[in-house]
Amino acid sequence: MSKKMHIQLTVNGEAQEFLAEPRELLIHTLRERLNITGPHIGCETSHCGACTVTLNGKSVKSCTVFVAQADGAEITTIEGLGNPDKLHVLQEAFKEHHGLQCGFCTPGMITRASKLLEENPSPTEEEVRFGMAGNICRCTGYQNIVKSILAAAAEMSASKEAAE
Amino acid sequence: MIPAAFEYYRPKDMEGVLAVLTEHGDDARVLAGGHSLIPMMKLRMAEVPHLIDLQDVAGLGGISVSNGTVRLGAMVTQSDIIADAVLADAAPIMREASLQIADPQVRYMGTVGGNVANGDPGNDMPGLMQCLDAVFTLIGPDGEREVAARDFYESAYMTAREDDEVLTAVSFKVPEGGYAYQKQKRKIGDYATAAAAVQIVKEGGTCARASIAMTNLSDTPVYSEAAGAALVGTSVTDSDIDAAVQAMLGDIDPAEDNRGPVEFKRHAAAVILRRAIARAWSRA
Repeated sequence: MSKKMHIQLTVNGEAQEFLAEPRELLIHTLRERLNITGPHIGCETSHCGACTVTLNGKSVKSCTVFVAQADGAEITTIEGLGNPDKLHVLQEAFKEHHGLQCGFCTPGMITRASKLLEENPSPTEEEVRFGMAGNICRCTGYQNIVKSILAAAAEMSASKEAAE
Repeated sequence: MIPAAFEYYRPKDMEGVLAVLTEHGDDARVLAGGHSLIPMMKLRMAEVPHLIDLQDVAGLGGISVSNGTVRLGAMVTQSDIIADAVLADAAPIMREASLQIADPQVRYMGTVGGNVANGDPGNDMPGLMQCLDAVFTLIGPDGEREVAARDFYESAYMTAREDDEVLTAVSFKVPEGGYAYQKQKRKIGDYATAAAAVQIVKEGGTCARASIAMTNLSDTPVYSEAAGAALVGTSVTDSDIDAAVQAMLGDIDPAEDNRGPVEFKRHAAAVILRRAIARAWSRA
């Protein structure tokens, strides 16, 4: 045991304060402490990306960040992107285009995709595949995930144009 | 998955970092992006009782190109490298290599300083830095010193950095001529089976200068002076490239692992270097 730290986080717009050991991994903070169980754990070698969240504007694998490092950070998880009554465009697109089966990679996939589309609103198929390469899926074979993200990108730029 | 407990420090300046390093010696380590160290801590292969987070330490960021020299602060991330237009113009090989390192999430966090200081022969930046003849700036209790990338690597995970030193920056002269970072890997995010960094200067159809370094083909990166020398003065025909490849094969010493046996790695190294030279020459 080491000395506990006073940690402050903003998760999906809500302020959180608690005491934690510095070695607590951010994914465990989210899941075990804050009961935000959308982000998942699929590996212990930082490959799978199932734990992906947005931390201070970056897509990060929350299994590879200590809670101590995240002190003061702003975090968005899948729960902060939409809800069952009002789905995020990406959530709707994954549903529409069968971009998920077991659903275990989906929270990380969609959280990563939201950042990808923020940085590159009209990606090519190749750019989507490369931009999503830190997220592994065992079910879909990726084809429908790519379709879902491209569809969401088209939908988002259409509604942006309509708004202008 | 579960790292051992540690004391955590987040100093605001280098004096604070060095104070912890001096007090705890080998029991203290700096944390940059955390994407090599944390995985090792999760597997309990690295024991770090005192962890010093560099994220708030002033002066470790920033990419600058001035007076013909490129300087990257140690905490510059791979995604910073990819996004920097000035760097892409001055040293396009940096962006080409960074895009072949890890995956988007890892590149948001992983830093150039961590990549070169880690000492894992699988890392891509060390060979690239040797190709560019980069210099690493280290700071310790006795002040700053500079070590050439070509002198920095001793063996796997063993470098010229002392336990009480921190690598603060990498710098190199704006490279001239054509470039290529060519990497063979099994999949996205994998360390290289073989990779080559090449810079070539062409003058009047002839190779005037060439610099070649290889990644993950020994327990350190391999700067192959002989391979570069084999190209100088030639017009880089197929047989000239063969001579450079033969020279490179004399300098590497790959080990068998699940990327393949030694013979295959030597074969892959030859193929990759041929491609890298051809591409660099086409851009020269």
